[in-house]
Amino acid sequence: MEGLTLSDAEQKYYSDLFSYCDIESTKKVAANGRVLELFRAAQLPNDVVLQIMELCGATRLGYFGRSQFYIALKLVAVAQSGFPLRVESINTVKDLPLPRFVASKNEQESRHAASYSSDSENQGSYSGVIPPPPGRGQVKKGSVSHDTVQPRTSADQQEPASPVVSPQQSPPTSPHTWRKHSRHPSGGNSERPLTGPGPFWSPFGEAQSGSSAGDAVWSGHSPPPPQETWVSFADTPPTSTLLTMHPASVQDQTTVRTVASATTANEIRRQSSSYDDPWKITDEQRQYYVNQFKTIQPDLNGFIPGSAAKEFFTKSKLPILELSHIWELSDFDKDGALTLDEFCAAFHLVVARKNGYDLPEKLPESLMPKLIDLEDSADVGDQPGEVGYSGSPAEAPPSKSPSMPSLNQTWPELNQSSEDTAIVHPVPIRMTPSKIHMQEMELKRTGSDHTNPTSPLLVKPSDLSEESKINSSVKFASGNTVDGYSSSDSFTSDPEQIGNNVTHQRSHSGTSPDNTAPPPPPPRPQPSHSRSSSLDMNRTFAVTTGQQQAGVVAHPPAVPPRPQPSQAPGPVVHRPVDADGLITHTSTSPQQIPEQPNFADFSQFEVFAASNVNEEQDDEAEKHPEVLPVEKASDPASSLRVAKTDSKIEEKTAASVPANVSKGTTPLAPPPKPVRRRLKSEDELRPEVDEHTQKTGVLAAVLASQPSIPRSVGKDKKAIQASIRRNKETNTVLARLNSELQQQLKDVLEERISLEVQLEQLRPFSHL
Amino acid sequence: MAVCVAVIAKENYPLYIRSIPTENELKFHYMVHTSLDVVDEKISAMGKALVDQRELYLGLLYPTEDYKVYGYVTNSKVKFVMVVDSSNTALRDNEIRSMFRKLHNSYTDVMCNPFYNPGDHIQSSRAFDSMVTSMMIQVC
Repeated sequence: MEGLTLSDAEQKYYSDLFSYCDIESTKKVAANGRVLELFRAAQLPNDVVLQIMELCGATRLGYFGRSQFYIALKLVAVAQSGFPLRVESINTVKDLPLPRFVASKNEQESRHAASYSSDSENQGSYSGVIPPPPGRGQVKKGSVSHDTVQPRTSADQQEPASPVVSPQQSPPTSPHTWRKHSRHPSGGNSERPLTGPGPFWSPFGEAQSGSSAGDAVWSGHSPPPPQETWVSFADTPPTSTLLTMHPASVQDQTTVRTVASATTANEIRRQSSSYDDPWKITDEQRQYYVNQFKTIQPDLNGFIPGSAAKEFFTKSKLPILELSHIWELSDFDKDGALTLDEFCAAFHLVVARKNGYDLPEKLPESLMPKLIDLEDSADVGDQPGEVGYSGSPAEAPPSKSPSMPSLNQTWPELNQSSEDTAIVHPVPIRMTPSKIHMQEMELKRTGSDHTNPTSPLLVKPSDLSEESKINSSVKFASGNTVDGYSSSDSFTSDPEQIGNNVTHQRSHSGTSPDNTAPPPPPPRPQPSHSRSSSLDMNRTFAVTTGQQQAGVVAHPPAVPPRPQPSQAPGPVVHRPVDADGLITHTSTSPQQIPEQPNFADFSQFEVFAASNVNEEQDDEAEKHPEVLPVEKASDPASSLRVAKTDSKIEEKTAASVPANVSKGTTPLAPPPKPVRRRLKSEDELRPEVDEHTQKTGVLAAVLASQPSIPRSVGKDKKAIQASIRRNKETNTVLARLNSELQQQLKDVLEERISLEVQLEQLRPFSHL
Repeated sequence: MAVCVAVIAKENYPLYIRSIPTENELKFHYMVHTSLDVVDEKISAMGKALVDQRELYLGLLYPTEDYKVYGYVTNSKVKFVMVVDSSNTALRDNEIRSMFRKLHNSYTDVMCNPFYNPGDHIQSSRAFDSMVTSMMIQVC
């Protein structure tokens, strides 16, 4: 005997059977009687049994040894599978299902078989599922049609027993068939059909019902080449197409088995057992579909174009309307082409439709194409997971979205993530600084006169209120800031949150300028401003006071200049007394006067001198405008003294005084400028610088005038002494003026530096 | 919302026409037919050079006292015409646009179906029907 290779299930099954037959517990020999019973239960024709016995060698031996028994069992299986009984077929036929031994008597065995088959299924082996044999039995030209029922019952019994195992593998033929079959346990036929769903049982049912008709049909159809009927749909009448498909598939399996393809067996098994979910694709089916897909499109990851699919499915002889609907259902991504999954779904639907099943309105879950990956088509195991996963989007009927199916799944996540991101995005904190900066920029733009465009100015008004001019300037600034904010608000097209934050910060800035205004600029300007304010104030005050005191710079108060001119007449009156030297001074100085317009005193006295001289009335006229600024800078005291020295020019000075006065009035206007300017911008520095230059010019004039003094000596010692005294006084005055101016210069420079720093600090924000 | 929805082929014959108050169908059919003139007028007004820039949504074609007719044309000269009730004042332009967009999407899905022959009556697509129903369902 040839060596017999048995699978584990087979081994177990056989051993059990052997033990069953081993009545005598010999463990070696199976009782002939039992064995014969067994073989009879196999529902094989007697001649086949005899053949088996002969083949296994029992005839020779006269008894059934274990090996013979096993061989016989295997041969029974072979015979039941429809293969020709040959010795070689024992081992050549792979994945032979376990032999079935049916019968009421053998229910134990059948149950054994069932259990074994279920076990086998549990184990995942493909052997030993009952249903296929019935199919195969049916294929056997109806001879075993009756018999097939019984096996089927056992099969049914078995299948319900193994529902839990692996839904895909043998999704149990649910109770429906079981019940149905149990109804006609013996050889029955007849009942047409299916109480329940289970498209794939219907053919079986029909086949059964037909032991006569069905068989006829089946037998009629069995001859045609299986693949043709399955694939082409063309040969057979439409209604029975599906029927033929199944027997065809069965035949396929048989024929394929000869070719040794194991999977087809599984397909059929699974076909029949796809009960719980009528739309579930069994492995065999799927494999079949995949094969068909390959015939059209070798690349499993590729698409089947619509036209090819149309041709293919048109062969199924379904009405175009239904095919169109099937397409609608199965083309998940609406791209006009079928992926493998879509194709399988479409095929499945066609099969179902041919079976008499109505097309669903929506694509069933089990037919949904794998949403995440469209790659692995053969992995049925993943289906449930993905099916379940895809269940939710599946509810949305043929999703209208043009997006790929994969997107459907990810939508919830996307939505969530987008929500999350949406929540995260409007982080006001991030935006506000820029917004604030933008505001600042806006303010900078709008508040042209303000170096500190931001809130500090709003706050600072209190500090700046000391000077009316500053107040006005600040108000201007505040107005600008407000405008700036509003403009910046309108400027921001960002979500409201940002705006809210902006407003929030604005309010903050309004309330506590120093702290909230997140951006440094506000604080910065503050210190600088405060500094500037303090310093400026101090400066201004100092300057003003200094000016007032010194009378050199007539800044703040127009007042000092006024008194100067008013006083000027006085001193002017006195001037003529000392006019000599002064006259000469003036005579000499007029040349220098134009150079030093600022110093009122000296220019005054120069002017006076000039006026006194009468020679230079032209110069006077020239000087007058120069006098103005000079008067500004003039020190009232010095002017007084100068006026005193200028005696000769009295009249003319008097004449000029009013002119000076009149012109003195004008200087009143300029004086305030420096104060304001200081607060505003660098432009302020210029006039101050100008003033400084003017002052220096005056100083130079004074100095220049001084040398001229000694020249005038010669007339009176007294005059000389007086002039010396005067000179000393002027010296002191000038020195004081000098010191004051120096201080002013320092202050102004400091402020300039602060402004420059400010500018630099604000500059980065301009790049936002 | 929409009282009547119609899909007109390039050759100006209807591919799909459906109205809600089914008794007045003929009136709606007539309205749709007359609106085609307006559609053609709008299309031709753009001129040949502007075909690319032409917007698909045509907007209100013409209002009657009871109804307003909106139009939309695809690049393949397939026209969608929608008749809405004038009393439904809540309908904004954006909504009409979105409805046309949905129509267009459904129409392309129908086109993608290889079993649909262009030029056929759109009767096979349940999805299209359901979409149109969803657009019209509020009226009743």
